[in-house]
Amino acid sequence: MKSLEDLKRLRDEALKKMTMRYVEGGIRVQVGMGTCGIASGAKAILSHFLELVEKNEVNNVSITQVGCMGECAYEPMAELIDESGQSFIYCSLTKEIVEDIFESHILHHQPITKYLLTTKKG
Amino acid sequence: MLERIQVLICGGTGCLSSSSKEIKHAFEEELISRNLDKEVGLVLTGCFGLCEKGPVIVVYPDETFYSHVTVQDVKEIVEEHLFKGRVVERLLVKDPVDKKKIQNIQQLKFYSKQKRIALRNCGNINPLDITEYIAKDGYMALGQILATMTPQQVIDEVIKSGLRGRGGGGFPTGKKWQFAYNQSSSQKYVICNADEGDPGAFMDRAILEGDPHSVLEAMAICGYGIGANQGYIYVRAEYPVAVERLQHAINQAKSYRLLGDKLFGSDFSFNIEIRLGAGAFVCGEETALIASIEGYRGMPRLKPPFPAVKGLWGMPTNVNNVETFANIPVIFQKGADWFKSIGTDKSSGTKVFALGGKIVNTGLVEVPMGTTLREIVYDIGGGIPNKRKFKAIQTGGPSGGCITAKDLDTPIDFENLTALGSMMGSGGMIIMDEDNCMVDVARFYLDFTVDESCGKCTPCREGTKQMLDILNRICEGHGTMKDIEELEALASLVQNTSLCGLGQTAPNPVISTLKHFRDEYIAHVKDHMCPAGVCRELTHFVIHENCIGCTKCARSCPTNAISGWPKQLHVIDDNLCIRCGACKKACPVSAISSTRLNREVHA
Repeated sequence: MKSLEDLKRLRDEALKKMTMRYVEGGIRVQVGMGTCGIASGAKAILSHFLELVEKNEVNNVSITQVGCMGECAYEPMAELIDESGQSFIYCSLTKEIVEDIFESHILHHQPITKYLLTTKKG
Repeated sequence: MLERIQVLICGGTGCLSSSSKEIKHAFEEELISRNLDKEVGLVLTGCFGLCEKGPVIVVYPDETFYSHVTVQDVKEIVEEHLFKGRVVERLLVKDPVDKKKIQNIQQLKFYSKQKRIALRNCGNINPLDITEYIAKDGYMALGQILATMTPQQVIDEVIKSGLRGRGGGGFPTGKKWQFAYNQSSSQKYVICNADEGDPGAFMDRAILEGDPHSVLEAMAICGYGIGANQGYIYVRAEYPVAVERLQHAINQAKSYRLLGDKLFGSDFSFNIEIRLGAGAFVCGEETALIASIEGYRGMPRLKPPFPAVKGLWGMPTNVNNVETFANIPVIFQKGADWFKSIGTDKSSGTKVFALGGKIVNTGLVEVPMGTTLREIVYDIGGGIPNKRKFKAIQTGGPSGGCITAKDLDTPIDFENLTALGSMMGSGGMIIMDEDNCMVDVARFYLDFTVDESCGKCTPCREGTKQMLDILNRICEGHGTMKDIEELEALASLVQNTSLCGLGQTAPNPVISTLKHFRDEYIAHVKDHMCPAGVCRELTHFVIHENCIGCTKCARSCPTNAISGWPKQLHVIDDNLCIRCGACKKACPVSAISSTRLNREVHA
């Protein structure tokens, strides 16, 4: 440790690993991981969300999983709860859709209506 | 990959002894077999404080609080919670009031009433990873001090904060530093007193195990303040986990150049070494501790000269307790004014207490000074188990005294506890209920000081032994009223003529129980009976008229001394009874108590 700046750099680096323990507020993504979700590939969706969060170094997002969300036919699903508490349920996810959602909704706060459960169910 | 879930497993000594290490191992295996090991983090932390519910596991980000986890539960937690996201309801803590399961650690009243400063990182970070401490602004205070402050400014800040020694005496920490600073000497030392010996107190151990770096950083700050470049941590060999983690922390700090030569590019160098104590209670006294580090027998010497003038190897030395040090980095991060705003006028900040004895939530709590004893016992501690009646709190360990129900609403600080005839001590709190015999309690503590007296001065060596003999006599039923007078005379003699704190305070448990529970002593001597049913020779259990004949007592009796038909009054055969008290504990209507032995029948 040569200077205070070194320490601050080290702190910020170390915080990245721990952010998940201290996220307060921010966006919350809940991936449905019931048996139905797992069978239709929710695991890969979950991992992809995590990879994107890590790659883009966003720190106001927590990714977690929940049990069966009740619409098993539309799995894999993910519920995105934004800062205001508004909930968006995206369904029939693929890796590409996850990327779209990440880019537009998480990074730029633009929900993508065409992937929403309400739209698909009509 | 980024860890989406982190599982924090309590690695305090309490939980380690109920196999939390095996639990962590089971998690590792289970996660690998499910291919989750990259996205789930496992951290063995320091003590969470709620030892009663151990082994404790907290799953982030939702802070789900699992209690009493066993190795067998690990598979279910991984499968249900970590993989599928369903909380394992079975392992959650139940709210004692509305019987609902508590999901989140914040909802636990045990934690919500606490304010954690010294324990801020315990149970939050991995004590074996310096980067986690750094992530929580660790070593930032040290860095800033070296860059911007002079030693006198450092000391002024500590004086301003009003921090007082947490080891027992309550001496203002800043003043202590000032004394050491004022001495001009080529060599000075900083010592961390981690020789925690009070029965039932383990707050220092929790800090050393859960957040060792906070102590290291504080010692370096102190070294800069008083002008020392060498520190020693005197820790008991009975704390193997603490010693191991401290050594690991020192090595890590050295490799990050946070200890060693020319820290942060300044001219200040600081090194820390560990010295193991063999577990003598008297070595908590600073001059005895210094003698022990020097390699001599741990015996106190006359003060003055104080260690700040002539300490380790004759050099000016500053000795502070672990908990005192743990407060230091926060004072510099958040400012002395912030620290002063917590607590009471004369005692600022918080105090950690180790709750033990007859209390629901055994464990470590940290509360602001000024919190009442009632809040600690009933709100945080959860009250007395088995519907028993509260009798007294013993604070300050073998040097302290008892506080009774009428003083429960006293706000805790150094002055108030002393005024009540007890003391803050290092923070042990033993709660006693109606099943505790106060004469026996006094005997227990005195037995401890008789063992631990170093033998240097006669009043302490011989006086405490004589007092113990009298107490033994009283407990065995051979006591007289003259014994009680003798006990009081001896107590004041030992108190007034002993050299060090150990002897001066050794009679305190006797004095305070005599003051508050004199009737119990008299019952032992005059009526030959122990009202609580603890002293065997003086116990005579009788089942009273309000017995409902539930047969619970008869079934719990190990010697089948109780007879009686269901729904009828039961009777104890006094010849078979071994006075274990199992029936008294089992009785749902408190119909069993120890009463006065009928002397006529006996004669």
